[in-house]
Amino acid sequence: MAPPPEPRRPYKRPAISDQQRRRELALQAQSARRADAQARARALASSLLTTPTPPAATHRHEEEHEEEEEQEHTVADVAASASKLRGSEARRWFARQIMLPEWMVDAPPHLASDWHVFARPSGKRCLVVSSNGITISRVRNGSILHRFPSALPNGSKRDISGPASSYSILDCIFHEPDQTYYIIDMICWRGYSLYDCTAEFRFFWVNSKLTETSAGDPPSANHRYRFSAVPIYECTLEGLQAAYSGGTPYVKDGLLFYNKHAHYQAGITPLTLVWKDETCSQYVIDTDGKGEVPNEQHLVLELQEDGKLVTSDDPPVVFGSLDNEFIQKSNLRTGNLLRFAVRDESVRLVDGKMQTGELQFVGKPNRARAFADSHSKALFQYAARHAPLRIDDLIASIQSNNMELESTDVEMQD
Amino acid sequence: MSLDVTQVLLSAQSADGAIRKHAEESLKQFQEQNLPGFLLSLSSELANEEKPEESRRLAGLILKNALDAKEQHRKNELFQRWLALDAGAKQQIKGLLLQTLTSPVASARSTASQVIAKVAGIEIPQKQWPELIGSLLSSIHQVQPNVKQATLETLGYLCEEVSPDAVDQDQVNKILTAVVQGMNASEANSDVRLAATRALYNALGFAQVNFSNDMERDYIMRVVCEATQSPEVKIRQAAFECLVAISSTYYDKLAAYMQDIFNITAKAVRGDEESVALQAIEFWSSICDEEIDILDEYSSEFTADSDVPCYYFIKQALPALVPMLLETLLKQEEDQDLDEGAWNLAMAGGTCLGLVARTVGDDIVPLVMPFVEENITKSDWRQREAATYAFGSILEGPSADKLAPLVNVALNFMLTALTKDPSNHVKDTTAWTLGRIFEFLHGSALETPPIITAENCQQILTVLLHSMKDVPNVAEKACGALYFLAQGYVDAGSASPLSPFFQDIVQNLLMVTHREDAGESRLRTAAYETLNEVVRCSTEETAPIVMQLVPVIMMELHQTLEAEKLSTDEREKRSELQGLLCGCLQVIIQKLGGMESTKYSFLQYADQIMDLFLRVFACRNATVHEEAMLAIGALAYAAGPNFAKYMAQFYQYLEMGLQNFEEYQVCAITVGVVGDLCRALEDKILPFCDGIMTQLLKDLSSNQLHRSVKPPIFSCFGDIALAIGENFEKYLIYAMPMLQSAADLSAHTTATDDEMLDYTNQLRNGILEAYSGILQGFKSSPKTQLLMPYAPHILQFLDALYNGKDMDDTVMKTAIGVLGDLADTLGVHAGPLINQSTSSKAFLEECLASDDPLVKESADWASIAITRAASG
Repeated sequence: MAPPPEPRRPYKRPAISDQQRRRELALQAQSARRADAQARARALASSLLTTPTPPAATHRHEEEHEEEEEQEHTVADVAASASKLRGSEARRWFARQIMLPEWMVDAPPHLASDWHVFARPSGKRCLVVSSNGITISRVRNGSILHRFPSALPNGSKRDISGPASSYSILDCIFHEPDQTYYIIDMICWRGYSLYDCTAEFRFFWVNSKLTETSAGDPPSANHRYRFSAVPIYECTLEGLQAAYSGGTPYVKDGLLFYNKHAHYQAGITPLTLVWKDETCSQYVIDTDGKGEVPNEQHLVLELQEDGKLVTSDDPPVVFGSLDNEFIQKSNLRTGNLLRFAVRDESVRLVDGKMQTGELQFVGKPNRARAFADSHSKALFQYAARHAPLRIDDLIASIQSNNMELESTDVEMQD
Repeated sequence: MSLDVTQVLLSAQSADGAIRKHAEESLKQFQEQNLPGFLLSLSSELANEEKPEESRRLAGLILKNALDAKEQHRKNELFQRWLALDAGAKQQIKGLLLQTLTSPVASARSTASQVIAKVAGIEIPQKQWPELIGSLLSSIHQVQPNVKQATLETLGYLCEEVSPDAVDQDQVNKILTAVVQGMNASEANSDVRLAATRALYNALGFAQVNFSNDMERDYIMRVVCEATQSPEVKIRQAAFECLVAISSTYYDKLAAYMQDIFNITAKAVRGDEESVALQAIEFWSSICDEEIDILDEYSSEFTADSDVPCYYFIKQALPALVPMLLETLLKQEEDQDLDEGAWNLAMAGGTCLGLVARTVGDDIVPLVMPFVEENITKSDWRQREAATYAFGSILEGPSADKLAPLVNVALNFMLTALTKDPSNHVKDTTAWTLGRIFEFLHGSALETPPIITAENCQQILTVLLHSMKDVPNVAEKACGALYFLAQGYVDAGSASPLSPFFQDIVQNLLMVTHREDAGESRLRTAAYETLNEVVRCSTEETAPIVMQLVPVIMMELHQTLEAEKLSTDEREKRSELQGLLCGCLQVIIQKLGGMESTKYSFLQYADQIMDLFLRVFACRNATVHEEAMLAIGALAYAAGPNFAKYMAQFYQYLEMGLQNFEEYQVCAITVGVVGDLCRALEDKILPFCDGIMTQLLKDLSSNQLHRSVKPPIFSCFGDIALAIGENFEKYLIYAMPMLQSAADLSAHTTATDDEMLDYTNQLRNGILEAYSGILQGFKSSPKTQLLMPYAPHILQFLDALYNGKDMDDTVMKTAIGVLGDLADTLGVHAGPLINQSTSSKAFLEECLASDDPLVKESADWASIAITRAASG
């Protein structure tokens, strides 16, 4: 009854079908020629036109557009922009919205009183937007992960309540093994913006709002993926222990620390921190294309117009530069992400900043990659290879805080 | 109607053709006159213990075919037909089917389980047979093993037919419990245990939740592993099939069991029956597939957002896994290279070894090389072949840096072996390995110093050309090696190292095609495919030799047309050969027609070539030759307006191609050729447009035609309109409503998956290309106002696309172009309409700001056209 196993890959056969190749080449040629014909028809028409430069009206709109981009994100803006966006623009826009943690290279003071901690699910970080009867998730580079119906507000055709265009935006990690979206933060709920709320409040809302919907239910026809909240702890000794070694329904990839008082802020922020070791993550030290740890630390940096190589921080940190000759020879362009190896002995730490000597060009990273490494990531990776920050260090930090509990100065690290 | 159903069913299996035909007619009539009565009597027949086994079985089979078909369109019809049937009749039929499960006759039970599953496949998603699973499960504790076996079999088929989301978790749990209990070693009846094991294979897709629960998963895995140790070989095989399915469905849940599974599979590979051992190897191949996919997906990306985790099972198992696979390589069968369908332990092991190499890369090299070195010079051909195969297998995966030094050493050895080894097996594998070397370690993209240099290139060619005279299977592999050798020089520019030997290569390949035994081992096909690649990668300096090839191939094609009075078999062979020759001519036409230096001298042959193609078409009655059609498209493009003189004769075949619903590839290619013709002939295609348009419109209205052909048909409307301009007028009343309804549909489709979204976007693009061509075609014509009534709808379509938020960049580019075309063609009349449209302004602004240069370019054009329209 079990069907006979599918015929395995052809044994000792080259993987070519010349016929299929001929078909594809013919199709490509046809579509290129159609484009040519169309362009010729239009060129004929444009040559009759008398306006050589784009009209002023267009310029004006472009300026408006730029201004819009510079505005702070208010909820109206989020909802309005999100509804108008599509394609590449939506990708870029979403790519800028996610709050990204710095890597923890030192334990911040007052962990127990000022910070939350939770075990980060392993998976794809994404923003999930539900509105108008559909739910769309986008990964960090802005490309769509899933389009699906969900039980989030206005997330499926069935569940439309209130104005259909009112948005909910969740910050999630999609965990492949159990096909679940783990909610790690909430940005907007039924059109109500949580940007200006503290992390403490946002976490409270995740838990209370999720139970108002059936988004936590197992998948069904109108709810393709389950949503689940992650258990969030106060970063006390017990909380840290629970997050670090407690059981989770998902595979862990390090711990996330959220400063309780911090607002949701797009981009890299020191008010959320990520930390990992071998116990709570499979991937502590970055690996190369083959899943192996390279001998030398690798850095992905962005090439600037002046040849400088910078991190993704704002403002960017310069790690070196390339000369013009090399740039031209290797056919590199401004904005390219490039992978470099750093020799350990050339690294120096000055005032908590990492300085590198000679960078050795390795190649271009995977195309899906949208951002350069951050400075703190480089630092964390360096530490991970030499003197990692251990769980005991975190415990010790909490214990020492406990002892000086009288000290009341709450110091934000902004 | 009174009809002795039993008698008719028996007659339908009669050896006498006339009786059979008559019986089939009667059945058909019965079905047409009274469908419920027909289905009911078939199920009564199946359930009736008094009736002969043969009539019962056929009754079941006809029932099954009345519920399901391979073709999607037919399948939907049958589904609807069943759902519309009288409820009482359906109830009776289902009752009879369930009753048959208790029959003492095994074939009746088995047929009934399949029919029940088909009915379930239709009804359960409609929530129409809710009690089925419950009633099946209630009889599972029957003492009679035959009933238990039939019930488990039914559950298995049911899981195959019904999608997991149509069944409640509660019922899934009960099904799994019953199935796993049936698989348990404590089940005394081996038929029951086998049925349960096979049922689990189908039920695995339902077990998502259960596999997430540690205890339940442990239990299922234990039972499956125990079943691999059953005394019954069929049970062991089925259990391994379950493990294979688990490895791909639940890869991430396997860590705890890998050690045990390794032991079980190793034992099976080394000592069990071949059918079991093959599945055990398949398990590891399947794990490789998973890990290759995962590693591919995140390649170098373990950063702040880590991906689906790879557990590196293969890497961990490597030290034990590789030796086990190497052992299997020594278990070759004599003459396995001559048998296309052969599949044995050595082949499965070798295939798995290749996958392991792709999974782990460099790490496999030190584990395999000692085996290669030890065995490659041994006197037993099995050892030399296994060593060569092992080496060839690891050429994809490890880095060029790691492999290049080894290959440099091995190359000479391989070349010698290919000439001198006494074993055909060894030579076959050696030629294949050389092909892999050229495929993966040769070409301008590699950074390592070239393996093939000016010095050894001649030697390599000498050996390969010599091997093309060897036995067919070896010669075929030598052709394959040459294919990749040529491909590696595709970017070599004018100084291709193959140029000095070009004449020799071409002549030798032609000689191969003429070998008496070229029909064996796919040799002739391989020779022509290699010739095609050699021509594609050729440079201007060898163009004269390619030109000489034209009359040669034409002569070959001519000869195929001379043969008369062929048998069916011979006709098929001729058609295949004509395909190869037309394919070769297509490549040559593209090559020579694409270079200014050769185009004009080549076109001297155009009349004769066209004549040959027409005669190839004439060889068949009802269908057109796909390869000839592709070649004609290339010829039309090269010939330009001069192609018009062939149209009168060619037209009938063009129409035939457009009518070919069954072979939709042929239809799609013919649609593409219409586009080629439009661009080549421009308004000279006009006399043929009535026929072409009629056929294209028919194609669009057909629900038999494969959907992938529809977008190109819309694009083709645009090609035609652009070619014939305002003459498209008479087609507007037919084409525009079609475009409008397709546009409405595609604008409001909510794509549920990527494939669907992709198709929707292709459709949109086709529709927009049609609009674009039509608008541009009418440009500067006095009849422009004929398009005005359609303008509002086109703008609505653009609005809908803009608001739908799911178009891709290609659609965006075409869509904004259409906005420009509308303004350009309709001028001042379009201005107010565009102003009224809700989103065209925002749409244009977005496109102007696009990153994609093609979108931007299209938008720039549109913006100029719109400004002009607005200003009058």
